[in-house]
Amino acid sequence: MIALILLLLMLNGGKFGMSSNLRTLCTLCGAGKSTPFFDFDWKSQRWNLVVVIGALVGGFFGAHFLSVDTAVTLNTDVVNQLKGMGIHDAGMSYMPERFFENGVWTDWKSLSLLVLGGFMVGFGARYAGGCTSGHAISGLSNLQMPSFIAVIGFFIGGLLMNHFILPYLL
Amino acid sequence: MRTLLYFMIGIVFGITMFKSEAASWFRIYEMFQFKSFHMYGIIGSALVLGVLVTQAIKKFKVKSFYGDDIEIADKEKGVKRYLYGGIVFGLGWALAGACPGPIFTLIGAGYAPIVVVLVSATLGTFVYGRIKDKLPH
Repeated sequence: MIALILLLLMLNGGKFGMSSNLRTLCTLCGAGKSTPFFDFDWKSQRWNLVVVIGALVGGFFGAHFLSVDTAVTLNTDVVNQLKGMGIHDAGMSYMPERFFENGVWTDWKSLSLLVLGGFMVGFGARYAGGCTSGHAISGLSNLQMPSFIAVIGFFIGGLLMNHFILPYLL
Repeated sequence: MRTLLYFMIGIVFGITMFKSEAASWFRIYEMFQFKSFHMYGIIGSALVLGVLVTQAIKKFKVKSFYGDDIEIADKEKGVKRYLYGGIVFGLGWALAGACPGPIFTLIGAGYAPIVVVLVSATLGTFVYGRIKDKLPH
């Protein structure tokens, strides 16, 4: 499916790279006035905003019309491990309640972890020049060495967080 | 027409991300624990087909739906920006459990707090744009 999406995007004159939209959002918020990096013609990227609006609508359909039970069936070791760290709904829901249900609005610790994670996603994606779609799919499909280095970086950072930092944050 | 097709592709992408569970925080956690083939299957199969599609487009000089050449730009050479940027992205990915595409899918799916991730990711992008000239690339 993802390869089909990559193909259709290219046939339609675009490319597969989702994090570029974050840059466009900065420009839409007026960042181009103060920062040259955001001073570009955002209309040239309007097509990509249409794609993510579609991704949003797709998420709505997927969750509300195409799913009966959205619980993710995880490996039992992972379920036990997460439960041990206080994520009690592992294996029973789609997203951990602690971070993604409305209780988070009054839980400063979880809220600040979301802010920190999001910040690093946005900063890192632009620093590396792409995210999972732009490097791991589009870039590697085009046999690009820089994308291979970026994906190695994704995994160095991801493994560090997952194994050595997250256990202390949860 | 072109815009409508982009919109349709986006919808298919969003449904794929949600239904494949690639948008689930739990699946990302499990992936970094190497405890399931799930995410590797999704990314790996996309990659095998992606390589075939991309190389076929280049080799046979496939035209777009509108008759234009399809240009697939090479990434700029370098190591530092890809490695350092990649590591920062990976840290965030494993913490927030969502990359930029699924962030939008999860908003549509109704997980309101993911909006916090979108806003802070946009802020992170802004801060990169402000200080990029001071960073090693």
